[in-house]
Amino acid sequence: MSDVRRRLFGWTALLGAVALAAIVGAPLVGTTRINLARAFDSAVPFADNVDAQILFIARLPRVLAAALVGAALAAAGVVFQALLRNPLATPFTLGVSAGAALGAVLAISLKLQVSLWGVSAVTGASFAGSLGAVAIVYALARARHQGFSTNVLLLAGVTLNSFFSALILFVQYIADPNETVQTLRWLMGDLGVAGYGPILAALPPTIAAFVAFAWLPKTMNLLSLGADAAESRGVDVARAQRVAFFAASLATGAAVSLGGPIGFIGIIVPHLVRLLVGADHRIVLPAAALLGAAFLIGCDVVARLVMAPVELPVGIITSMIGGPFFLWLLVRQR
Amino acid sequence: MIGCLDSRSLCRGRILAAVFVIALVAATGDRIAPIAAQRPPQRIVSLVPSVTEMLFLIDAGARVVGVSSFDHFPADVDRLPRVGALMDPDIEKILSLRPDLVITYGSQQDLATRLAKASVPVFSYRHGSLGDITVTLRELGRRLGSTSQAENVAGRIERSLDDIRRRVSIEARPRVLLVIGREPRSLRAINVGGGYGFLHDLLEVAGGTNVFADVKRESLLVSTETILSRAPDVILELHYTDTPSPTFVERERATWSVLSAVPAVKHGRVELLFGEELVLPGPRVVVTAAAFARVLHPSLMGR
Repeated sequence: MSDVRRRLFGWTALLGAVALAAIVGAPLVGTTRINLARAFDSAVPFADNVDAQILFIARLPRVLAAALVGAALAAAGVVFQALLRNPLATPFTLGVSAGAALGAVLAISLKLQVSLWGVSAVTGASFAGSLGAVAIVYALARARHQGFSTNVLLLAGVTLNSFFSALILFVQYIADPNETVQTLRWLMGDLGVAGYGPILAALPPTIAAFVAFAWLPKTMNLLSLGADAAESRGVDVARAQRVAFFAASLATGAAVSLGGPIGFIGIIVPHLVRLLVGADHRIVLPAAALLGAAFLIGCDVVARLVMAPVELPVGIITSMIGGPFFLWLLVRQR
Repeated sequence: MIGCLDSRSLCRGRILAAVFVIALVAATGDRIAPIAAQRPPQRIVSLVPSVTEMLFLIDAGARVVGVSSFDHFPADVDRLPRVGALMDPDIEKILSLRPDLVITYGSQQDLATRLAKASVPVFSYRHGSLGDITVTLRELGRRLGSTSQAENVAGRIERSLDDIRRRVSIEARPRVLLVIGREPRSLRAINVGGGYGFLHDLLEVAGGTNVFADVKRESLLVSTETILSRAPDVILELHYTDTPSPTFVERERATWSVLSAVPAVKHGRVELLFGEELVLPGPRVVVTAAAFARVLHPSLMGR
């Protein structure tokens, strides 16, 4: 036990330092050269201070958004892989992101103009869409089984994914072509949140999910031996699965409504972490969250710089790294 | 043995059939081309709203028998049958209108090929710069046997644009950010006009300098950082809808107030324009140019 504690402490300290370095360092990098002395010069009012506004309005929010989204998706990936006992599961496997995407695409196409607490209709609708998808998948998983069947969960999620994708294409097809750029942009994933409102709004569901995650690792270790084995060791399997499902879905929904469906984070990071720290979820889960944050911040810096002044959607970067990685994983699995 | 014979004769039959079909296609294919371009078309289907406007302006409106699902102007199009649009052209509907000219987008290659197979002549349109609009007009005039009307309209457009260009030339040119799309009520997914295309050209005519003139594409997505560093004097935001309520305009304008270090925001020069014509590279570019000029040079254009 003390060995686990020591390793947990070591890895958390190391990856925490990496994540912190990314959070502090990334805002200093960008397409524009800024003068830090001027940015922090209190003699220049903030309203007129270009350097300060680039630092605190353009860059810092998106770095924080990247940290939040990266941590949430990576941790959710770990939980879904354990819950479904499938190493290729991702936070998007069960249709949560497709539901979020449908919500966002509807809001864009219908030109919804409402906003609440600095959160636009698109963000709100995508969060609502993700919750809708979670409810549907859960209802299906329960309807077929007394209790909770992960097989039905997986099938229902995959089917819902394609169904929602069809609906998204349908909405796009009949919608005003002027909105197509906006929908495409959303679907590619984007962290340019341009303010702290959307981040603050995503924080409560993410925190709730992480509190639930903190309770999960021991149970997940037992669950990975199989439901029966876990049951014999006194785990309330159905309850643990429910908590894992809802917490990971909530984290995914919050992340996707904040940054769009940014692909592959939820699969690259958990596997990288397992290669580094082994299979014990007590270490894997926090390590994945920290590495996920750092990894997405890094990808977003690349997205900002590589084609400047044209901004590349960060989802393209993560997918370009993630696609080959995923394939390598598939081949290695055999 | 018998089986083999059978299959061989079947094979030969198929080859013969194939040869026959190829010969037939070749024979009819030969005959297709020369039919076109004889007498001016009398039944025109237009899938391109900006070209539909041109047709009505050069007095060919009476010859239009079908339009796209996005056509709204002039009001005469309301009575005409709809035949789909860029993504979903309804070829059966088009053919049922017995057109002798169909106006398609350059990207509708497949449709153009199928129409050619049905011996229907096609006028393929691609939009590009501002100058291409009058080029298209004149081409259209030649094709429809309305050369003088087309020349009149094209000349009128060119003179109006020149007139605007001249009137604004005495004032300094403000640096302009042309916003053509954005997530409502937020500064996310900001799509702006680059240094190519009719909107960029219109901005130049109206006496503005595009802050993204160096990026040679019609549009690009940019971050708030880039906008802060390019420091536009005016933010000109286009909305392809009818003019909404004043509260809408105020709210959307206020969205920009976070970026108070941008000169346009600091000096209250975030301007919103409304109207479907803003997105159409048709004859109404004159209206758009005048609207741009009024916003960029209010004192000169008598706003």
